[in-house]
Amino acid sequence: MQAAALLFLAQRASALVLAPLVLVHLGLAIYAIHGGLTAAEILGRTQGSAGWTLFYGLFVVAAAVHAPIGLRNVLREWLGLKGLGVNLVLVGFGAVLLLLGLRAVAAVTGI
Amino acid sequence: MPAGISPFSCANGGGRRYSGIMSNTSSTLDVRIWRGGEDGAFQPFSVPRQEHQTVLDVVTYVQRELDPTLAYRFACRVGMCGSCGMTVNGRPRWTCRTHVETATRGSDVLELAPLRSLPIIRDLVTDMTPFFEKWQTAQGRATGSKTRADDTQKIDPASPRRQAADAAIECINCGVCYAACDVVASDPDYLGPAALNRAWTLMNDDREADRAGVLEAATAGGGCHSCHSHGSCVEHCPVGLNPSAGIAGLKRLSLLAMVGGKI
Amino acid sequence: MLPANSQRHAGRYAAFAHRLSGVLLAVFLPFHFLALGLAIEGEARLDSFLAWSDQPLVKIAEWGLVTLLSVHLLAGLRVLTLEFLPWRGPRKAWIAVGAIVAALTGILFFVSASA
Repeated sequence: MQAAALLFLAQRASALVLAPLVLVHLGLAIYAIHGGLTAAEILGRTQGSAGWTLFYGLFVVAAAVHAPIGLRNVLREWLGLKGLGVNLVLVGFGAVLLLLGLRAVAAVTGI
Repeated sequence: MPAGISPFSCANGGGRRYSGIMSNTSSTLDVRIWRGGEDGAFQPFSVPRQEHQTVLDVVTYVQRELDPTLAYRFACRVGMCGSCGMTVNGRPRWTCRTHVETATRGSDVLELAPLRSLPIIRDLVTDMTPFFEKWQTAQGRATGSKTRADDTQKIDPASPRRQAADAAIECINCGVCYAACDVVASDPDYLGPAALNRAWTLMNDDREADRAGVLEAATAGGGCHSCHSHGSCVEHCPVGLNPSAGIAGLKRLSLLAMVGGKI
Repeated sequence: MLPANSQRHAGRYAAFAHRLSGVLLAVFLPFHFLALGLAIEGEARLDSFLAWSDQPLVKIAEWGLVTLLSVHLLAGLRVLTLEFLPWRGPRKAWIAVGAIVAALTGILFFVSASA
C-alpha cells in the first residue's frame, strides 16, 4: 500500500465525513448567533447529549485527519518543505487537534 | 517593412520570409524575449506588425532580421508537431498556432519566455529530458504479451475503455500541459499531466500486459495523487486533451486496487 | 528571474480559494477548540469569553470564518465531484455558484448576528 495512495484515501474519506457535519455546523452557527451567544444556550444544547457528543466527536476526529494532510500539500508545494521532519510535525499537529478537540467536546458535553 | 535581403534568406522562397499578408500598417510590436539561461533577462525588440501574424512569425523575424543569435525551436509550423511551445504573455502555447492579436489582446506588448518548469538550454529553448524521464517513471510505455503466432487482440472501438483511451492518445508530447501545471512548478516529484495521461491510456488498453505495473508507477509518490484538479492542463492543451479526467480515473483505479477490486 | 506564470482561469481561482481557506481554517481550529474548552472551567468562564467576543471586530472575524468554511466546503465538493463522478466537464459553473452560495452563507450569518 503506497503512502501517497493512503494519504489520498484518508483525505477524501475524511472530506466525505466532514461535508454533512460542516453543513449542520454552519446551519447551527447561523441559528445560534441570533440574539447573541451565551454559555447557557450552548451548554443547554450540548450537555449530557449523546447525539452531540457523537456528532462533535466524529467532527474532531475527521478534522484531525483532514487538516494535517491538507497542510502537508501546502508545505510541500508552496514552501518546498518535505521529509520525515515535516511529516512528524504534521502528525504532531494532528495530535494537538485531536487532543484539544476531544477536550472541547468533553467540556461542552460534560462527558 | 524593412528592405534588403537578409543573409538568412530561405532557399525556396527568396524575398518572402514570413507568412501573413503584407500590409502597410505602421504599428510595431513591443516584443520582449528571454535571453540566456535561468539567470538571463528579457531583451526588447521592435517588430513590424502584420495582419494574421503569428507569434512564430514574430520570433522568426527577430532571428532573421534583428538578432541571429536568438535560439528557438520550431519544425512543422502548422500545428502538428508541438515543437514550438513557449510561454507567450504568461501562457504556455504553440507559437505557430497563436495569432499575435490573440496573445496581445489589443495591446502592443508581446512577452516571450521558454516553457515553465523545464531547464533552460538557452533563450527560448528548454531541455525536455525531465519531461520524458517522468514519462518513463510513470511507465508510459506499452508492454505487449502476444507474438506473431498469436491471434491479434480483439478490441471493440465502441467499448467505454477504448473510448477513454482514444480520447487521450493524441498526445504529441509538446510539454504545454507540463508547463501549465502549477503542481509541476511547485513539486519536483510530480510526474505531470502528460505522463499520467499516457498511463491512463495504457490502463484502458486491452493489449497492455502490465497494467498492474503501470498503475503502481502512476500512483506512487509524485503520481496521480498529487494532482489537485486545477485543470490548467485541460485549459491549455492545444490538442484538446483532458489529462485531469484521466488522472481522476487513475485515482479511482488506485482506490479500487486498494480495496482489492479488479482493476 | 522569469516572471510567474499568469494564466487566469476559474479552476485556478477555485483551487487557490480552496487552499487559502483551508490554511486559515487550520490555523483557527486550535483556538476554536481552546475557547470551547473553557467550559471545563465552568459556565461562567465560557460566558465571560463570549461576552468579550461580542464586539464588532470579533463578529467580523466570525463572519469571515463562516464564509471561509463555506468556500472550503463548496470547493471541496467540486473536487470530489471531478474525481469520483463521471466526467461532465470541469464544472466551471459550480465555481461561480459556489462563490455566491458561500457569500450568501456569510451574509446570512451576519444578518442573524445583527438581529
